[in-house]
Amino acid sequence: MRRGPADIDCELMVIGAGMAGVAAALFAAKRGIDCLLVGVKQGLYFASGLLDLMAVHPIGEGRLWTNPWRAIEALVRDCPKHPYALLDPTDMKTALSDFIAFLGQAGLSYHAEPERNVMIPTALGTLKPTYAVPATMLNGVRAFEEKAECLIVDFHGLKGFSARQIVETMKPAWPGLRSHQVHFPHPSAGQEGFAAGAVELYPEISAGWLENSEARARLAEAVRPHVETAEVIGMPAVLGLRRSEEVFRALEEQLERPLFEIPIMPPAVAGLRLSNLFGEALPRLGVRVLFQHPVLGVDHANGSGFTFEVGHEPARLKVRARAAVLAGGRFLGGGLYADRRRVVEPLFGLPVRQLADRRRWHRKSYLDPRGHPINQFGLETDEYLRPLQADGHPAHARLFAAGSILAHQDWMRMKCGSSLAITTAYAAVQALEQLR
Amino acid sequence: MKTQVLIIGGGITGAGLARDLALRGVACVVVERRDVNAGASGGNHGLVHSGARYVETDPDTARECLEEGELLKRLAPQCIEDTGGLFVAVEGDDEKYIADFPGACAKCGIPAQGLDIDTARDLEPALGDRVIAAYAVPDATVDPFKLTLDNFSEAQNLGTRLLRFTRVDSFIMEGGRIVRVGVTHADSGQQDSIEADLVVNASGAWAGQVAALAGLRIDMLYSKGSMLVTPKRITHRVVNRLRKATDGDILVPGGTVSVLGTTSVRVASPDAVYPELDEIDQVIEEGARMIPELATTPYMRAYCGVRPLIRTQDAASDRDISRGFALIDHTPQGVENFITITGGKLTTYRLMAEKTADLVAERLGIGASCRTRGEPLPPAEENQWTSPGRAPRAWLERDKPDDLLICECEMVPRSVIDAIAASFHKRRNPVTLKAIGLRSRVGRGSCQGMFCSLLIAAHLYDRQEFSGGQGLANLREFLNERWRGMRPVLWDTSLVKSELQEAMHCGLFGLEFSSDPDRGNRP
Repeated sequence: MRRGPADIDCELMVIGAGMAGVAAALFAAKRGIDCLLVGVKQGLYFASGLLDLMAVHPIGEGRLWTNPWRAIEALVRDCPKHPYALLDPTDMKTALSDFIAFLGQAGLSYHAEPERNVMIPTALGTLKPTYAVPATMLNGVRAFEEKAECLIVDFHGLKGFSARQIVETMKPAWPGLRSHQVHFPHPSAGQEGFAAGAVELYPEISAGWLENSEARARLAEAVRPHVETAEVIGMPAVLGLRRSEEVFRALEEQLERPLFEIPIMPPAVAGLRLSNLFGEALPRLGVRVLFQHPVLGVDHANGSGFTFEVGHEPARLKVRARAAVLAGGRFLGGGLYADRRRVVEPLFGLPVRQLADRRRWHRKSYLDPRGHPINQFGLETDEYLRPLQADGHPAHARLFAAGSILAHQDWMRMKCGSSLAITTAYAAVQALEQLR
Repeated sequence: MKTQVLIIGGGITGAGLARDLALRGVACVVVERRDVNAGASGGNHGLVHSGARYVETDPDTARECLEEGELLKRLAPQCIEDTGGLFVAVEGDDEKYIADFPGACAKCGIPAQGLDIDTARDLEPALGDRVIAAYAVPDATVDPFKLTLDNFSEAQNLGTRLLRFTRVDSFIMEGGRIVRVGVTHADSGQQDSIEADLVVNASGAWAGQVAALAGLRIDMLYSKGSMLVTPKRITHRVVNRLRKATDGDILVPGGTVSVLGTTSVRVASPDAVYPELDEIDQVIEEGARMIPELATTPYMRAYCGVRPLIRTQDAASDRDISRGFALIDHTPQGVENFITITGGKLTTYRLMAEKTADLVAERLGIGASCRTRGEPLPPAEENQWTSPGRAPRAWLERDKPDDLLICECEMVPRSVIDAIAASFHKRRNPVTLKAIGLRSRVGRGSCQGMFCSLLIAAHLYDRQEFSGGQGLANLREFLNERWRGMRPVLWDTSLVKSELQEAMHCGLFGLEFSSDPDRGNRP
């Protein structure tokens, strides 16, 4: 084939820009593997910002585990096909600590206790079990554990976040909660014709405004009179976008109280922070990044690697890669697709583990604790995370899969999404190196 | 509690009867186990039949439909879209049926105008190229929720009491009469009794169960019909398949969407019915023979209703059982103050109410005659929000910057939610997400309420309508209810949306934990 001017050669092409994709690119870059990341959109937009590891097993019983590693042991024993069963716990720990350390160096600190899950209060007033939390959310975990006297603040015009809802819902378990609504320090506040509180606040824009020190001071001023005896203050997770830690620390200083952010409905700021971070950090590590480029097709007749068709005209490219990681997620990410009859893996046409009868894809009750069977459909792999073809052999010597596209897991109910992405991405990159 | 007439059932039959009686000066009490239109009145196409569908099997019903349809268009225009309808046959359809159709329509007085194929496809470009015959008929569409709500509103304004979420537990009988009716209010669990001179069983598919409380037997059949909703309107007119009635042969526009259906599946009980996936697939395949894009269009949701049919000896199938109504005076069976009205069609609800009210009036010795044949149904302000476009119009007219849109798909602002909540307070009804959904467009748009229900719950907490864990319990109930309709259509883009929703509801917010997960057993 003739080489066009716009063609790219790389050793590894990572398909998908969600948590698994960025993790695979990160780990590949750290190992000096020449890597290209291609994703239709920034898949991290919908991330909650929390890094789950493993908290609920068996899901049907809703049994919650304090120690995620013990939960994984039990899971692997009971569900030996879960992707975690393919991984070495030591490698998983390395993957997570490397990932979290990288986030911290890039300006987004996370906190995780090695052997312990935590419960974090959400915008709905529910408690969500998770593993690693952004440093800006950590005080919420502690305040709940200590049942500290706490003020929850919300803003006029921010839809879907009611401090009163959180207080009303949580007060049986946390009597020391109070709520108060304040006007957000809108840049136009005080100008003629601007009615305080009379505009809709969008999380991303609000977060950007708070990076202005004057806006922060005005927010602190608005909150201060209502702090009273509160030992800690909770606010919706809109405290800064690219400089969230600086915004957070400045507000803590001005309010003279520990502060915490409460995760809100996605797509939200916590996901954007991750998305921005990787968008900037990966190219610095030498990863070539092509966002908004769908992978249209692949030709892997040549055993030495793959040739992908990437992007729409006129920005269409051919990418030659010796290896690839499928990290496109499930239906939302485009890693899987379903019509009325079956679920397919659209790029390679790999076999998807599934139930043939569509009547059994979903349960009759939406919130059934057992989860919907379709969530466990996906790709089956060998111990190197290589997807299998129908005869049980790897579809290609250097084709790997990572993250939620893998079968036999229900990350939503098990609370294992982010770490499943990170640890399988790590294992896939490690396998690539071993097989090199 | 005492009343002259107790009506059991808050569907269109109970609503029409309550209004008819109220206009005759008889204020009633209506008890409804759930919310209004919980049965077939809410689980139908929203089609005002011209009658053409019944010309072959049931000419009496056909004539009734024609007459009542014309009355509805004139007297309740706020509930009607006078779309007109087509009957179309495709290649392979029964030639004799097609040939006999115009004559059968003429016999019933139904205007059926033959169209050449090109004209039909000019009128409805979505029609496929396999159409071989087409007729125009005076079909129309109706918003069944607004129709029931407007009937109830007028009855309530004339003194009728509507008790929602009130279940009938027992009839206390003395000397061949129902002397008291024992009920339970679902919200409080409180029991109550109602004394009435006359009890009317207007409980639709549940008529047999209610009659059984009086020791009576009504031989009922339950025929479930399932329908699908498209995210956009596919045709301007109602499109019927020109053949003997079977599955998937009517496409009815409704505001911004189209509804495809239906099926006829015999079920053992009217409770706990779901639109099943094989019904859905069958409806799609049949529908696509008339309108090819129905095979590929995404669907927003499915729903179903149970037709109450009275068993007759000679019917070969459920489709052949008369869609006429049954008005039963139970005096000959030994209960003298008990009447059952069931069966029938949405299109003929007014006539059913009239005949029932005539019997009630006769039994109570009331001379007043029916007024619903001439008096328009007044549009009630509290029920205006079910119409597509009404809420965004109000929002634009109001033009207040703090009036945030809280359901973005259907552009429902906070002020509309507040207005609906205020109307609940006026009627002493509890504020719930489901009840708001029934009386507005919330949950009808592309997100099916899976996102905006969270926004509304937060707003209602802010407005102090919810307290404690009530809002979350409400939310769970609302989501599970919407799921019933979404589950059968989850493939392609609907599956993508539902995955995102579940990631949020369960992955992040942990709504699948029915109680605080912190209280669980934690190794």
